[in-house]
Amino acid sequence: MASRNLLHAVLFLIVTFLGVAGFFVLLSAEFLAMAQVIIYVGAISVLVLFAVLLTPRAGRDNGETKMAAPGVLLAICLLAVFLFIIKDTNWVSVSQSPALGPNALGEALLDRWALPFEMASVLLTAALVGAIMLVRTPEEEAEDQLA
Amino acid sequence: MMVGIEQFLGVGAILFCMGLAVALSKRNAIGVLMGVELMLNAVNITLITFSRFSSPARPITGHAFVAFVITVAAAEAAVALALAMSVYKNRQTVDVDRINLLKS
Repeated sequence: MASRNLLHAVLFLIVTFLGVAGFFVLLSAEFLAMAQVIIYVGAISVLVLFAVLLTPRAGRDNGETKMAAPGVLLAICLLAVFLFIIKDTNWVSVSQSPALGPNALGEALLDRWALPFEMASVLLTAALVGAIMLVRTPEEEAEDQLA
Repeated sequence: MMVGIEQFLGVGAILFCMGLAVALSKRNAIGVLMGVELMLNAVNITLITFSRFSSPARPITGHAFVAFVITVAAAEAAVALALAMSVYKNRQTVDVDRINLLKS
C-alpha cells in the first residue's frame, strides 16, 4: 500500500502535486496551476527531499506510530461523512466558467487584498530568517559573536 | 457521465482524508509534514472548485485565497523542516514516538 522507503514516498508526493496542478488546469485556474508547479514541485518537494537526505540516521522505513489504526479509522469516518454530504447536497452550479486570468488575480491581490499581500511578504521574510536561525551550527554562532 | 462539482469535491475530500491518515499515522516527522502538505493541496482544490462552479459576487476571491494558502504553506514547510533538522541535530532522530522530553 504505502512505499516502504521514505525517499520513494517523496517522489510519489511530487507526482501528486503535479496531479493537483492538472486539476487546477481542469478548473480553469491556469495561473495557479503554474504557481503550483513552481512552488510545490519546484521548491517544497526539493526542501522535503533535502530534509530526508540530511537526516541519515533517522528511520527510513516509513513506519507507523502506535496510533496508526485509530488515525486511519478517523480519516475513513471523516471521508464517509464528506462523501455523504457531497452526495446529499443539491448543488447549484453554473456550467459557464468565469473568465479569470492572471490580470484579474493581480488586480485583486494589489487592490482589495493589498494588506494581506504585504503581510505575506513579511511572513515569508520572517520564515526565511527563522529557518536560517534554526539550522545554524554552534561554530557559526561563535563566529557571529566574534564579529 | 458529466463531470461536475461533485466529482471535484470528491477528489478534494479523498485527498484530504489521505493526508489526514498520513499525518496521524507516520512515525517520521518529515512524513507527517508530507501529510500536512497533502491536506493543504486538497483544500486548495476545494476552494478552486467552489470558485469555478458557484457564482459568487467576486469569483477571483477564491483564487486569491488559494494564492495566499500556497504562500503560507511554503513558509510553513521551510520552518517545519528547519525544526526537524534542529531536532535531528540534538536528538539524532525525527521519530515522533521518541521525541518525548515533555512526557513525565
